[in-house]
Amino acid sequence: MNEKKMRKNRWQTVIFLLIIIVLTYLSAAITSFNFVDGLATIPKAIGWMFSNLMVTQETLDKLPTILEKLAETTFMSIAATTIAAVVSLFLGVFGSKVTKVNNFLSVFARFIASVSRNIPVVAWALVLLISFGQNSVTGFLALFVGTVGFLTRAFIESIDEASQSSVEALTATGSTYFQIVGKAVIPQCLPQMISWVLFMVETNIRNATLVGILTGTGIGYTFDMYYKMLNYNVVALVTLCIVITVIVVDLMSNYVRKVIL
Amino acid sequence: MEATYIKRKKDGRIHIKSGNKGDRVLRSTLGVLTLLTFVAFLFFNYAGLELGSAITETAYNLKVMFLEPALSHFSLGEAIYQVGVTLSLAFLATVIGAIIAFFLSLMAATNLAPLGLARIVRVFVAFIRAVPTVLWVLIFAIAAGLGSEAAVLGMLFHSIAYLVKAFSEAFEEVDKGILEAVRSTGGNWWHVVKSGVLPSTFTYLLSWVFLRFEINFGVAVAMGAAAGAGGIGFDLFMASSFYFDMREVGFITYAILVVAILLEVVSTRLKKRFFPATSD
Repeated sequence: MNEKKMRKNRWQTVIFLLIIIVLTYLSAAITSFNFVDGLATIPKAIGWMFSNLMVTQETLDKLPTILEKLAETTFMSIAATTIAAVVSLFLGVFGSKVTKVNNFLSVFARFIASVSRNIPVVAWALVLLISFGQNSVTGFLALFVGTVGFLTRAFIESIDEASQSSVEALTATGSTYFQIVGKAVIPQCLPQMISWVLFMVETNIRNATLVGILTGTGIGYTFDMYYKMLNYNVVALVTLCIVITVIVVDLMSNYVRKVIL
Repeated sequence: MEATYIKRKKDGRIHIKSGNKGDRVLRSTLGVLTLLTFVAFLFFNYAGLELGSAITETAYNLKVMFLEPALSHFSLGEAIYQVGVTLSLAFLATVIGAIIAFFLSLMAATNLAPLGLARIVRVFVAFIRAVPTVLWVLIFAIAAGLGSEAAVLGMLFHSIAYLVKAFSEAFEEVDKGILEAVRSTGGNWWHVVKSGVLPSTFTYLLSWVFLRFEINFGVAVAMGAAAGAGGIGFDLFMASSFYFDMREVGFITYAILVVAILLEVVSTRLKKRFFPATSD
């Protein structure tokens, strides 16, 4: 790095920082966000949490119903993720540059992935809620659509990164398309894919809470109900249960990731 | 680029069957996931579900949404303004989050901070990350009142947790030699960070921040719908749950889609521009 380049870099940094500061002020103005008030709220909110979000003896009576709802939500997230993973596997294989069947399918797969990923889960949940009603299937489908989008993108990237040379090797031996995909691409990318799937399971449990609040199902609904009843002790218990579930899933997936990658 | 090391056990012996355990765990993970999926359908609450009519109705709704988008309860200018509000919420949460996360992740990286401190920060961050964003926003809404403060703070917490994890991993991958070089010239801890760690990870950090901004946009939409944080998400919620106006839902969905795709394109560009630069 010579001096001229360094000076240029410094200018770039200054301009970049200025843009960020201007944008921040603009955003604060649009949303009428007050930095001082905002930051002052943090200690206040934490103080409130410690004084009000306490799990008491009475709330423990609610534990069985909470756990039942939590199980429903967790299973729903796992089912949505697994089934989405199967669909994404096909879309990923069709969409990747290395293993595409033809250009049309490749573009089609990427298009589906992009649309279902970029429309937020909230929008899917709200639209599905209208005709599917308040039950687990609504949440399941909303999570499923979002997950397909995300996993397809992740799978396409893993396949693109990993398999170029092995595909070339197998092509040279005269293998068919299915042999190439089945014997080279999938075994090579499987650990990476499983790691993404586990990541998505964890994310979906958290998203399921959000979807639950909107569609009136599962643990999200339980939270919302007690929140609106101002029964903050139960709210604390629900939050604690969600936290424990997510952390357990996280620890398990970290272990699996460590072993397989 | 990535060096391959021989896998060793704790006492230093080489793993002879290094592949086997991985295979076994991989297979059982797949098995467990499949099993749980089947069990899941037994647990579902099917109250009031009529699958046949639901599917046809949804297909019709989707058709109206995507083929006949229109606005009826507010103007185009208002819609653009609301998208701006959502983007601003996401931007504020990302920028403030990135600054706080930078300092926290210096404390969480094992090569820059004492091990004990790093562990404490990590446990703290894991806890914050495990609480869904919407719960943070709702909890802050009680203390701060509904409005942009609660939304930004709630999203901020999650952004911090996410970025600390990403940043500290990036810091830990910095070459030991660079840190040693700065230390050997008599540089203190801050010098190590400023002239060793920051230049070699900056572009990497930036692309994580942008990725988080992309995520935060989606989150901000969700917060508008579920926690009354305002912005386009709230309009979406009103259009679909109060007015049942599928045309308006369609228009809002298109608006969100356009912004999200733009953000994605920019982030892919940034990645392409910055990631090759980090390797040379």
